[in-house]
Amino acid sequence: MKYRSAFDIIGPIMIGPSSSHTAGAARIGRIARKLFGRQPKKAEISLYGSFAKTYKGHATDVAIVGGLLDFDTFDERIPQSFTLAKDLGMEVQFKIEESVTDHPNTVKIHLHDEKKELELVGVSIGGGMVEITELNSFKFRLSGESPAILVVHNDQFGVISAVSTELAKQQINISHMEVSRKKKGQMAMMVIEVDEKIDEFVLKKLEALPNITEVIVMVE
Amino acid sequence: MFRSVSELVEIAEKEKIKIAQVMIRQEIKVAGLSQEEIMKKMDGNLTVMEQAVERGLNGVKSVTGLTGGDAVLLQKYIKTGKSLAGNFLLDAVSKAVATNEVNAAMGTICATPTAGSAGVVPGTLFALKEKLNPTRTEMIEFLFTAAAFGFVVANNASISGAAGGCQAEVGSASGMAAAAIVEMAGGSPRQCAEAMAISLKNMLGLVCDPVAGLVEVPCVKRNAMGAANAITAADMALAGITSRIPCDEVIQAMFIIGQSMPAAHRETGLGGLAATPTGKMLAANILNKDKK
Repeated sequence: MKYRSAFDIIGPIMIGPSSSHTAGAARIGRIARKLFGRQPKKAEISLYGSFAKTYKGHATDVAIVGGLLDFDTFDERIPQSFTLAKDLGMEVQFKIEESVTDHPNTVKIHLHDEKKELELVGVSIGGGMVEITELNSFKFRLSGESPAILVVHNDQFGVISAVSTELAKQQINISHMEVSRKKKGQMAMMVIEVDEKIDEFVLKKLEALPNITEVIVMVE
Repeated sequence: MFRSVSELVEIAEKEKIKIAQVMIRQEIKVAGLSQEEIMKKMDGNLTVMEQAVERGLNGVKSVTGLTGGDAVLLQKYIKTGKSLAGNFLLDAVSKAVATNEVNAAMGTICATPTAGSAGVVPGTLFALKEKLNPTRTEMIEFLFTAAAFGFVVANNASISGAAGGCQAEVGSASGMAAAAIVEMAGGSPRQCAEAMAISLKNMLGLVCDPVAGLVEVPCVKRNAMGAANAITAADMALAGITSRIPCDEVIQAMFIIGQSMPAAHRETGLGGLAATPTGKMLAANILNKDKK
């Protein structure tokens, strides 16, 4: 079930005018920002489907940039995000795509600076709920509504069980988990959604496990 | 976790509790929060709704100028005492309009279930507040009742205009409001489901065709009718009228209709009212204004 809480239906509190095209768009932008870990120098944003057709009226573009500036859906700075991005030195470029995607409200966000690069595909499924479907060409699903972490690791046996054992030790319950890899034995990813908040020291414990490259908080 | 309206009603009847309580109990389990914390969170949403209604009733205008000010006109008209539909119905309509006018003006609102349909539930609730004098807790429960029905729709069909048309947004909101009105007015869980079914049936097939892709025309007025439709459906259910097609099947029908809707009628701004000569002209004017 995609919607699990009463507050998925009554909520979010947000700046208008559209939950999917404004609030959802801001949330996808904010997840991208969190995954990138800092403010990017440049953002290339491709809009698809209904996003591509109606982004201007819904301020979808403004909202995504607001999210990239780490603004929440109810942040009253969202309407000024373009000016704020410029002031903060974040270059933003939009592409309006014609190709048809699985879901009509799809956006691809490419972020980079001198050291780092990230590409994410997000879908706004309605009522402000979002799913991240792709990260650096790994495909997965994430609701954005419960705490979630992304674990980047080497594709070796025992890594998944080591991570889940550590979470169990910390009394953290996994509600949803996906594993994915590009090629056998190379870089792989785990996306883990949990019921409890994950503290900093737990992240450090996970990072210290063998074959783990990086642990990133996707949703707090 | 309930997956359908029939399951939801069954739980409420078996446990002899309100629909709102079923939703609250589930929320406690899912979120791992106390009842007090959950009530407080919803209270926060209620406050945002209240402020949006108030702001809209004082008069707002969207950036494009396409919408705003109609809630004020309705309130003035109610005061003349000449209203044909009755003050309660028009009060709900004006408060629904007020909320969506604030939304269109990029103001702060609470999505119920979406921003485009954010007026229906608060509109009916704040009109009922004048009529039934509910406690704050009862008003919060109203939102949980609405949430319970919205939850079923969102998981079995859709609450996205881009996926299922306006029937998925204002249609869902109208059904949610109808059910919550019935519960606040003292109706049974079963009557709530009947009200939801009657309400949603009359929204089936409604397309999402916003002029210039903006959540303004016809969205604001569709919220008005969503509120009026909800009140009528609630009264019908309270009168003892039942829906020949069960609520879950109406929701299923809404889903299937949404899937077969052409993209032009699913929030692309390409069909329906958006494609009328005036719709196109308004869109062209707004785009020109943007360029300047």
